[in-house]
Amino acid sequence: MPHAQPEAPAIEVHDLTVAYHRKPVLWDVDTAIPRGRLVAVVGPNGAGKSTLLKAVLGLVPLASGWVQVFGRDLRDARSLVAYVPQRESVDWDFPVSALDVVTMGRYGRLGWIRRPARSDTEAALASLDQVGMKAFAHRQISQLSGGQQQRVFIARALVQDAALYLMDEPFAGVDAATERAIVELLRAMRAQGRTVVAVHHDLQSVPDYFDYVVMLNMRLVAAGPVASVFTRENLQKTYGGRLTLLDEAAEAVRKA
Amino acid sequence: MSDFLRLITLQDPNTRVVLLGVALLGAVCGVVGAFAVLRRRALVGDAVAHASLPGVCAAYFVVGDRNFAAFLLGALVFGLLAVLCITLIRNHTRIKEDAAIGTVLSVFFGLGIGMSRMIQNDPAGSRAGLDGFLFGKAAGMVRQDVLLIAGVATAALLLVVILYKELKLLCFDREFAGSLGRRVVLLDLALMTLICLCTVIGLPAVGAVLVVALLIVPAAAARFWSERLVLILLVAGAFGALSGTVGASVSALYAHVSAGPAVALAAAVVFVVSLLLAPRRGVVADIVRRWALRRKILIENFLRAMYELDELASGGAANPALALKRTWTAAQLERAISLAERRRLVRREGGRVTLTESGTRRASDVVRAHRLWELYLIDQASIAPDHVDRDADQIEHVLPPEVLARLDERLRSEGRMPGAAVPASPHSWERAEAGRALG
Repeated sequence: MPHAQPEAPAIEVHDLTVAYHRKPVLWDVDTAIPRGRLVAVVGPNGAGKSTLLKAVLGLVPLASGWVQVFGRDLRDARSLVAYVPQRESVDWDFPVSALDVVTMGRYGRLGWIRRPARSDTEAALASLDQVGMKAFAHRQISQLSGGQQQRVFIARALVQDAALYLMDEPFAGVDAATERAIVELLRAMRAQGRTVVAVHHDLQSVPDYFDYVVMLNMRLVAAGPVASVFTRENLQKTYGGRLTLLDEAAEAVRKA
Repeated sequence: MSDFLRLITLQDPNTRVVLLGVALLGAVCGVVGAFAVLRRRALVGDAVAHASLPGVCAAYFVVGDRNFAAFLLGALVFGLLAVLCITLIRNHTRIKEDAAIGTVLSVFFGLGIGMSRMIQNDPAGSRAGLDGFLFGKAAGMVRQDVLLIAGVATAALLLVVILYKELKLLCFDREFAGSLGRRVVLLDLALMTLICLCTVIGLPAVGAVLVVALLIVPAAAARFWSERLVLILLVAGAFGALSGTVGASVSALYAHVSAGPAVALAAAVVFVVSLLLAPRRGVVADIVRRWALRRKILIENFLRAMYELDELASGGAANPALALKRTWTAAQLERAISLAERRRLVRREGGRVTLTESGTRRASDVVRAHRLWELYLIDQASIAPDHVDRDADQIEHVLPPEVLARLDERLRSEGRMPGAAVPASPHSWERAEAGRALG
């Protein structure tokens, strides 16, 4: 794993505001996410969860504030960060194979001109193997199921061998077997000291899958260990007024 | 006819040069067009083409003479200007990209038509050959023109080769490219510049109105032929070269046919042939596949019915084929029997139809798939036992063997497959048969 500044948090966000077409979607977010945790980012639709990840990755312009990754500016820490975008964000009819997609995870270290070498292909195959997709390496990606496509995306991040993984809804639309496989992977990654931050929608499974939670609703409502922060009160603040969600929230708190 | 011979034997040196140039032009347009299509920027190419016309006219006003290089440069400047306008409108107003493209395209093109009329009404200007830039006049190009086009085309092709990996990344997953620290705006700009270059060098040969045919149609046609990007690029290049040379040849043979329409029609033929005949994505292959599946389903349903009747009669006392007349139409039954007979799955003896050995094997496979799936549905999807038969009907014919193996293993581990290769039916057979839909 690449080196990081000792002691600095995995992500530090200071006074972050992000706006699309001058309409703010994230306001004054201040938080520090410790290393080696499995972190869920929760909040209602439009709460700015994906935007928070994109802001950390430098994919959206910041209206104010700054972001540091392992105590460094993102420009100096790119190789420490891997990103799993939302599955729906790409065209799965694109003419590439699963192996091609995973090999893209090596482009970061290859740079603009250099082509993938045999070692890159081998690393990509190994990472497909890790997600149980080696047999599908040469399938065109449209022939994969939703869960398999998600596994390919995760394999692409694994091959980056990063210290911090940002995943946008890795469990969205996947089958139960894939969900279990991903959870196992996440736990193994944490055991290796890696940090995973995932946008997550199923409140019920937050206490099972994650140990740290960031609760967002355009502003930061709360952030901290699941045991102390994932409370009924905070859920109400996060999802305030959305009655249909309250039952789900209550159940989630009960399980926490 | 002698014209035709002269053309295809490439006796005229200028024809030779023009056709080679057009082939190279078509190839690079096809390759760049493939990326434009994958990045969903197909219409930007059209906007650039139309928008470049005022650039050609402006160049004439500045230079005051027919200067091919200046024309292309003017076209390039206005093409890039159009891309800039579209991007600005899209990013900074609430207008969506399609409306932005339509606006920029028509405004620039209108301006270009106006300017070219001014030039052509002027006696000196009418000799500038600007009408060729509207609908294309490949045969009118001279050696130096073609050399310039070929030079730019080669440079563009080289750029694609160098940037291949990055363009693939950009077109597939722009955000991921950004997360790797790639300057995606620069990459997008590079792709836009490539599109502009292709359009601009295509102007004199194919014309502003239809050069997009050379950029988009071969690329769209190539998509039918492969699932691999490299192959798609090669096929698109070949299709582009083909459309370009055929179109240019036709317009060289018939003086009243402009190159643009001829190229567009040639590309259209390539597209239609691809759409119909491509091995996997083509319409014909699709129809054949569906037809084969329907036949397979008919045969398998018939075999299963035979098997189940045998099961009921335990030994085949009655004539199974006769008993099926209750739920199958005579025509369906006759067709199923003859299809199965041709495959040696059943044997007809007198009026009696019986399963052959291989027929019995195939039938028990089908019944097994059907019942495994039924058991699974009852178990997992809580579907009432008397409903599963019809649901299973639609799926059993396409269940892959690995899924069947897993179903089998699962039901076995739950003790619901007591030894037998074919599990017993989970529902009363008579009732389900009454509601069964064929196919």
